[in-house]
Amino acid sequence: MKNGENSFFNRALSMYVDGFRSMTVGRKLWALILIKLAIMFLVFRLFFFPDILHENYDTDAQRAQAVRSALASGNEI
Amino acid sequence: MDELLSTVDWSRAQFALTAIVHWLFVPLSIGLSLIVGIMETIYLKTGNERWKRMTKFWMLLFGINFACGVATGIILEFEFGTNWSNYSWFVGDIFGAPLAIEGILAFFLESTFIAVMFFGWNRVSRGFHLTATWLTAAGVCLSAYWILVANAWMQYPVGMEFDPAQMRNIMKSFTEVALSPVAVNKFFHTVLSGWVLGAVFVVGVSSWFLLKKSNVAFAKDSMKIASWVGLAGIVLTIWTGDGSAVQVAKVQPMKLAAMEGLYDGSRGQSLVAFGLLNPDKQRTDSKPAILGEISIPKGLSILANHDADSFVPGINDLINGIAIDEKGDTVNTVSYAERIARGRKAQQALREYDLAMQTGDKTGMAAAAEAIKADFKYFGYGYLESPDEAVPPVALTFYAFRIMVMGGGYLLAFFVMMLLLSYRKPGTLENRWVAFLGLLTIPVVWIVSEAGWVTAEMGRQPWTIEGLLPTRAAVSDISAGSVQLTFWMFVVVFVGLLVAEVGIMTREIAKASKKDILTGE
Repeated sequence: MKNGENSFFNRALSMYVDGFRSMTVGRKLWALILIKLAIMFLVFRLFFFPDILHENYDTDAQRAQAVRSALASGNEI
Repeated sequence: MDELLSTVDWSRAQFALTAIVHWLFVPLSIGLSLIVGIMETIYLKTGNERWKRMTKFWMLLFGINFACGVATGIILEFEFGTNWSNYSWFVGDIFGAPLAIEGILAFFLESTFIAVMFFGWNRVSRGFHLTATWLTAAGVCLSAYWILVANAWMQYPVGMEFDPAQMRNIMKSFTEVALSPVAVNKFFHTVLSGWVLGAVFVVGVSSWFLLKKSNVAFAKDSMKIASWVGLAGIVLTIWTGDGSAVQVAKVQPMKLAAMEGLYDGSRGQSLVAFGLLNPDKQRTDSKPAILGEISIPKGLSILANHDADSFVPGINDLINGIAIDEKGDTVNTVSYAERIARGRKAQQALREYDLAMQTGDKTGMAAAAEAIKADFKYFGYGYLESPDEAVPPVALTFYAFRIMVMGGGYLLAFFVMMLLLSYRKPGTLENRWVAFLGLLTIPVVWIVSEAGWVTAEMGRQPWTIEGLLPTRAAVSDISAGSVQLTFWMFVVVFVGLLVAEVGIMTREIAKASKKDILTGE
């Protein structure tokens, strides 16, 4: 066996490759994970969950001002 | 106003839904990872292949739960940015640091070593594989720790200073935040409750095998390990729960009063063991708060202060700013009317700061900043119209607390019984009724576990951050309709996720029941 084949990196890579290849239930679980992540990040995050302050304001100073206006409009004395 | 309240209500409902669903998966990961670690340790010590096969079976169920649950918590962070923008800005780097650490350290630890757990059998040494299993378990707990640090800060905000220029709470002491006594106790209480849940799950699934008369030796050995874990877990959960009560009495006395349905406290205050809340009771009337009450004399004073004669304030005492000292004399604390007045002063100072900032008046800004600082502790009270708004929903908090405590008592008895049967009369474990009890305890432990979170989070209402920011000030300026839409989308996705998890789990358990797990034939 050549030295390179026995390196830690190659052994780790081989572990992952062989591991993924031999998965049974794992394939279903990975499909579930990928579908879930796609729904979360490509649907929810992208279309329904904007970061309101970062979307509506360009600088931290503007965001701070927006929050100050919102929180300072509590009950007048 | 109606629209604002509707946005608040839907945002709260959405966060509660997400947190409750997330918490269906997390404690099982915590408990199963520990049990799998123990079983694999036994395998390493004995070299007996049956322990390896037991480990691999429960590890498979751990993996299914982990895969289904992973990233369900991310949605909570989406909600911070969209529904709770004032809150997420206001907390500043208090939340950012713990969540960042959670992501970098804990998640990478889990995801790296979980691969060795599943792919590394026959690839790495037994010692390294076992290390990977325990490091995965540690990663699960580390994740929990940093999230609980963030949650503990909401209950007991410490280690920060508010900067009106940035409108954020700036972390002044990482140690104070990370090692807050509330955070430390909450961590142990939560993780230990995960041990209990994992243990019940193993006992329950094993009970199913016994009902099917399949893999009897495997089931009984699994139940023994799980019952020890469960017993240790529930005893320590009860102990840390006592610690929680002491902390809540100190830092969130209104929550404790709501948990007990206590309106007018006393020295040597009794603890309600059984009773129903009087639905006709109003805060200021003299009707009894509890109907059919069976109480433990001095129980709440002991629970809250570890002092049988100590004073425990009720809702009215807190609102009126009354306490009773050790000598029995009435002393004044800060009434809620005073807190509201001081909160409004702080908010007025914030308006003055804003004005001074706009005109470039640095002297004015400095003066206003000092005024804000002087009353910042009560800043959130300034949003309240009346002291009654500072009272958490008593019924929900009271009954959730009772479900948690009574459930905990049942679980203690359950594990004692399981251990006694496992060692003294193992044949009885195969009895139909005992096995059914094991199986039916699975939903019980989940209900008890969720009830604990409902107690903690409903009991802190109306606050997102205790005393500093009520929910109505914390929400974003968005329409209730948009929150409602995503709420129902979540319901669909979460139901799908749960159906998938239960489906895959039950299929694998059923498949395993058709063969001998211990021999692999």
